[in-house]
Amino acid sequence: MNTPIATLALENGTTFSGRAIGHIGAETSGELVFNTAMSGYQEVLTDPSYKGQIVTFTYPHIGNYGTNDDDMESGSVQASGLVIHELSRLASNHRSTKSLQDYLDDNGVAGIDGVDTRMIVRILRSEGAMRCVISHDPKADPQELVAKARAIPSMNGLDLTGLVSTTQSYQWTEPTTWVYGDVGAPERRYKVAAIDYGIKRNILRRLTAYGCDVTVFPSTATAAEILAMQPDGIFLSNGPGDPAAVTHGIETVRELLGTRPLFGICLGHQILGLSVGASTYKLKFGHRGANHPVKNLLTGAIEISSQNHGFAVDPATLPPTAEVTHVNLNDDTCAGIRLVDKRAFSVQYHPEASPGPHDSDYLFAEFIGLMAAS
Amino acid sequence: MPRRDDLHCILVIGSGPIIIGQACEFDYSGTQACKVLKEEGYRVVLINSNPATIMTDPDVADATYVEPISPQFIEEVIKKERPDAILPTMGGQVALNAAVQLHEAGILAKYNVQLIGSNIESIHKAEDRELFLEAMKKIGMDMPRGGFVHEFEDGMKMIEITGFPVIIRPSFTMGGAGGGIAYNMEEYREMLRNGLVQSPIHRVLVEESLIGWKEYELEVMRDSKDNVVIICSIENFDPMGVHTGDSITVAPAQTLTDREYQHMRDSALKIIREIGVETGGSNIQFAIQPSTGRQIIIEMNPRVSRSSALASKATGFPIAKIAAKLAVGYALDEILNDITKKTPACFEPSIDYVVVKVPRWDFEKFRESDNSLGIQMKSVGEAMAFGRTFKEALQKCLRSLEQKRYGFGYDAPGLCDLEQHDEFELAPLRQRLRIRTSTSIFDLCDALRFGISAEEIHQLTKFDPWFIDQCSQIVEAAQDVIKSREGGKDITSVDATTMRMLKSYGFSDVQLALMMGTTEDAVRAHRKAIGVIPVYKTVDTCAAEFESETPYHYSTYGQENEAKPSASKKVIILGSGPNRIGQGIEFDYCCVQGVFALRALGYEAIMINCNPETVSTDYDTTNKLYFEPLTFEDVMNIIELERPDGVVVTFGGQTPLKLAQRLYEAGVPLIGTSPEGIDLAEDRQRFGTLIDKLGIPCPPWGTALSEDEAVVIAERIGYPVLVRPSYVLGGRAMQICYREDSLREYMKNALAQDPSRAVLIDHFLENAFEFDVDAVSDGTTTVIGGMMQHIEEAGVHSGDSSCVLPPYNITNEQMSTMQAYTRELARELLVVGLLNIQFAIQGDKVYVLEVNPRASRTVPFVSKATGVKLAQIATQVMVGGKLNEMNVPAFNPNMDRVAIKESVFPFIKFPRVNVFLGPEMRSTGEVMGMDSSFGRAIVKSHISSGNTLPTTGNVFISLSSHDKSPRALEIARGYADLGFSIYATRGTAQFLQEHGMDVTLALKHYEGRPSIVDQIASGEVQIVINTPLGETARHDEFIMGQTAMKYKVPFFTTLAAAEASLSGIIALRDETFTAVSLQEYYAKSAGA
Repeated sequence: MNTPIATLALENGTTFSGRAIGHIGAETSGELVFNTAMSGYQEVLTDPSYKGQIVTFTYPHIGNYGTNDDDMESGSVQASGLVIHELSRLASNHRSTKSLQDYLDDNGVAGIDGVDTRMIVRILRSEGAMRCVISHDPKADPQELVAKARAIPSMNGLDLTGLVSTTQSYQWTEPTTWVYGDVGAPERRYKVAAIDYGIKRNILRRLTAYGCDVTVFPSTATAAEILAMQPDGIFLSNGPGDPAAVTHGIETVRELLGTRPLFGICLGHQILGLSVGASTYKLKFGHRGANHPVKNLLTGAIEISSQNHGFAVDPATLPPTAEVTHVNLNDDTCAGIRLVDKRAFSVQYHPEASPGPHDSDYLFAEFIGLMAAS
Repeated sequence: MPRRDDLHCILVIGSGPIIIGQACEFDYSGTQACKVLKEEGYRVVLINSNPATIMTDPDVADATYVEPISPQFIEEVIKKERPDAILPTMGGQVALNAAVQLHEAGILAKYNVQLIGSNIESIHKAEDRELFLEAMKKIGMDMPRGGFVHEFEDGMKMIEITGFPVIIRPSFTMGGAGGGIAYNMEEYREMLRNGLVQSPIHRVLVEESLIGWKEYELEVMRDSKDNVVIICSIENFDPMGVHTGDSITVAPAQTLTDREYQHMRDSALKIIREIGVETGGSNIQFAIQPSTGRQIIIEMNPRVSRSSALASKATGFPIAKIAAKLAVGYALDEILNDITKKTPACFEPSIDYVVVKVPRWDFEKFRESDNSLGIQMKSVGEAMAFGRTFKEALQKCLRSLEQKRYGFGYDAPGLCDLEQHDEFELAPLRQRLRIRTSTSIFDLCDALRFGISAEEIHQLTKFDPWFIDQCSQIVEAAQDVIKSREGGKDITSVDATTMRMLKSYGFSDVQLALMMGTTEDAVRAHRKAIGVIPVYKTVDTCAAEFESETPYHYSTYGQENEAKPSASKKVIILGSGPNRIGQGIEFDYCCVQGVFALRALGYEAIMINCNPETVSTDYDTTNKLYFEPLTFEDVMNIIELERPDGVVVTFGGQTPLKLAQRLYEAGVPLIGTSPEGIDLAEDRQRFGTLIDKLGIPCPPWGTALSEDEAVVIAERIGYPVLVRPSYVLGGRAMQICYREDSLREYMKNALAQDPSRAVLIDHFLENAFEFDVDAVSDGTTTVIGGMMQHIEEAGVHSGDSSCVLPPYNITNEQMSTMQAYTRELARELLVVGLLNIQFAIQGDKVYVLEVNPRASRTVPFVSKATGVKLAQIATQVMVGGKLNEMNVPAFNPNMDRVAIKESVFPFIKFPRVNVFLGPEMRSTGEVMGMDSSFGRAIVKSHISSGNTLPTTGNVFISLSSHDKSPRALEIARGYADLGFSIYATRGTAQFLQEHGMDVTLALKHYEGRPSIVDQIASGEVQIVINTPLGETARHDEFIMGQTAMKYKVPFFTTLAAAEASLSGIIALRDETFTAVSLQEYYAKSAGA
């Protein structure tokens, strides 16, 4: 077999030899993380929050059901690369239009397969997320690749929102192709301003399904620009990088806070926390998967949640006006807060799922409820 | 919510005997449940009629009732123990049905007992198809077209709605009994009629066929706070149309996008909430139309199931254990994940490997039955395997089955060439691909090998293209290897990269040896020389996200090994592999008892096994679990890593025993009886010499390698002769020949199968009684553990025969002789551990039939009956314990109780099969009836095995000419004296009338109607006694047997059984019955 050879080099000096997949011949680098979801690779790869990261999928068969045009969370692949155990050479699903290999190739994304992904996860688990390089050059010197990996800027202090945010505001008009949950027909429409730090399409689809007419603003939009549209509510999206570095966003949110009901997801949650004076910190290896238990402290119910974050809000630094509403039961990290006096709330995880369970879909309804009460 | 303090005593209902569709997975779940409830401080009361289970070990529950799982006996238990609650979700359909019966009989209300884990309403909603359909409609679920039919005529109308093919499912039958798929009107009429009869409420569901659709299962759990989680998704390799128990299944789902998976998950959450399963696990089955993604709900089991056992083993999430905790009030977030011990149990496992389960069928035991598969389950066991790819898991699983297959094809000399076939030659294969049989997976391999396109295979089989492609990758890799051999390469030319690739595709050393034209040893040696050895990964529920505390491992060919051998003293016990007829739960019981004993002695106990149903593969049972095939290669790999102080091969039946010699030669420290001793007992020649030397009688015998040789031997030793291949368990291919022609016929078949294997020929002792003795020896001292007498005469396989402990028809002198022989043989064979000897008494003479220096099928029965844990004692002896220092109570033949083991048979699943018992074992499970007298014990064993004895009515008797004896007369009079009317066909009637009995003449099947068959069907006859006439049952007897089976009329094929039942009927008429726990029996013996 003439399989092209690829090398994965980690900043801790470990190197792996495997097969080149995706856009053959490329070299790519980024922060190496892992995702434990057993399905939803296309959603993960197209999620802008993975900007600057290389994703290791823990499930060993990836690509089984191919790719399609509906399961995209943005217009293209956002992750810098992928590391898997075995890429499926055949796609089997009635919705599949393209194999994952061709899809990656078309998107110019490189990856590696045929490596012991579980070993990689165990390294990341004990040493933390780390920088890495994937090279498709069969002659590449692994040690040089390690040196390269060490030269990549750390995720700490990086604002990556500019790379993924829209540059101009626009109205979300795409129809919802996929219906779930007992949403019912919305009683009225709400005007929502969504600040795009790297927004996932399914957030827009869910807001639309719940009766929102969403205008998406660039991450650099000012409070005045946003309020000028007279929104009923403001939404803060997910996104990549270190939230503390998104200083303009934190400023803007501070100005918006209290003016309208506000709902934040993931990076949006962290920015909300930062805007009221809390601090954020980098988790050792983050939460990425579709099986994280989150407890809603207000109801006692558990939600199995979709997660994707490397930073978290330090609950000890929250002001007294902020209340922790959700906790990740795996490690007791803060998974949600609310500011009752400001009609604002946010969650660290992904109620829009995609991929992942729909247990937290009710949060969209709560946002609607806040807007309805205002 | 924390633990419920309002409950104090909880009754757990087990699942009774092992039958097709309900196997030892319920021993696993029940044992887990009992352990959990006990740990939580509740008094646990258990009822289960199956003595071979680990759950009926007297240490598991506080009070253990090995009594019939019938409303009457459960009420007795309730009356006595006054439990606050019953947990009915751990014992399969049997326990659930029992709960419903208790409710309907008002017993729950009468004693103020509540159900926990489930409630009557949700059981009805899930189990009653009409209510289920209604509930599903209410929550907007898509269901197949069709409906219920109570009358034949309604069925004729329903078929117009559904069209063909159509599925027929009788209501409330177990494992889908009586169900099927009809492709035309003729088939439909027959199945409809049959289904209406089999259903206890005469109702059949007729539904649109989803044949060829993709099939999925979700394992769901819910707690009292309404938290719901999915433990595991399962995708069936076999599309819809094959019972999931007969399907190859894969976890997790492989070909669902996240959208489709979440749609299924959403449905599952809605369903469990709507059905109202308050706490615990449920299994929900789905079908997906491949071309559109349309998703249909098939059914739901509101209890722990076979699939939940599989899911527990596949993910490391112990469903039954958690379900038991939920049932007593805990919420999911209040329980810790058993494996990580840090994160909560309220999550959904993520797995980073592929799990494949393949069923094991024993069609060769039911020769008259074809091996096609449908919606009625026929498999008797299953194996499961882990791999990092589907390819690896599939191949490991296929070699785990121990059916002389070592992977996905390429495992026999004829299968390892590059074959070319023309269209004509391929026609039969194409035909086979259209239907699902027990060998479909190998047909798929052939199709790929012979170049039939993946697309065409998909069209013919409806296997998902992804699975076909995975299999195709295996075939492509194999073809490359064969090409290199044909190009003149040998095994040493295979480099490490190629070898690692082949091993990661799951190829066994045996396959590689055959493909490369060398030996398994040579492959192994080369493989190790180039450094290609497996690594062991951990099953940890979380895809390595968190550290795991539990050493539960599987092999793969990756980079990092996670199994870290400890420095402590350790012993590996080899398990018994997939269940099969002749080797089932009894051996798992012995393995687990071995583990308990080792742990108590401070050893690290390591288990290797591949059967997902068992207690032995519960990571909680052992210190360390390797879920691996039990082949030489896989076992040796672990031994070389672990370097154990000892390896036990004598507990798991033939599976580990077959490996003993090679392991021994490889220098593995086997403990217990040496392979030399095992060989001495199993090699007939050597054994014959030994017992001649000892002067112990055995029936004359010989071994033959040809037809003529066999005939010469038979003439020398005298007909009838018992013939069988050497080294078999469960009487595989065993037969009694009365004449030369049938002997020749047998030899022809046997030699065609394997010309190198000698056939054993024994003189068959007619009219002899058989006995079993189980003993433990340390090489010097031998303790008799139990002595049993078979009820059926010699000739019925000991595994099928009912047996009685203590023997009831034997002199003290004969008993002493057997004990003396046992001691002598134990000493001569240097037995260290368990020993089982089968004896026969013909006239006054005691013969030795067989000596097995290993765990026998009767060990758990003896242990439960006597209270002496033979397997634990044997284990202590095997690690150096001395019996004279251990104070082991010797068997007391004058004990104050009688225990009867009765077998249960799967004939109902094989409609064309002969129901008469013979030397080939065909029972799947057993029950125990224990009471103060023979008659009382037989009543219990009959009820437990599903035969309710009538106390009035008509008895039909048909005797073989041989049986027209004074004894038969006495039995017939016995029934008449009890007020039964006697029916008989001409010959028998004449015999009975000549001796002054009143007999109603019955017509044989061909003599006109209403014949005796009609009378059985119409309920006119309550008991059938029919002793067969010769080597094969005549046609009418065959139909009679089938009819009796179908209408659940007690059917006795031996005088001994008819006689035994007579004692039972007397007891049933004149006495009242109570339930007595094992603990009470043992306390009484200890006090006496």
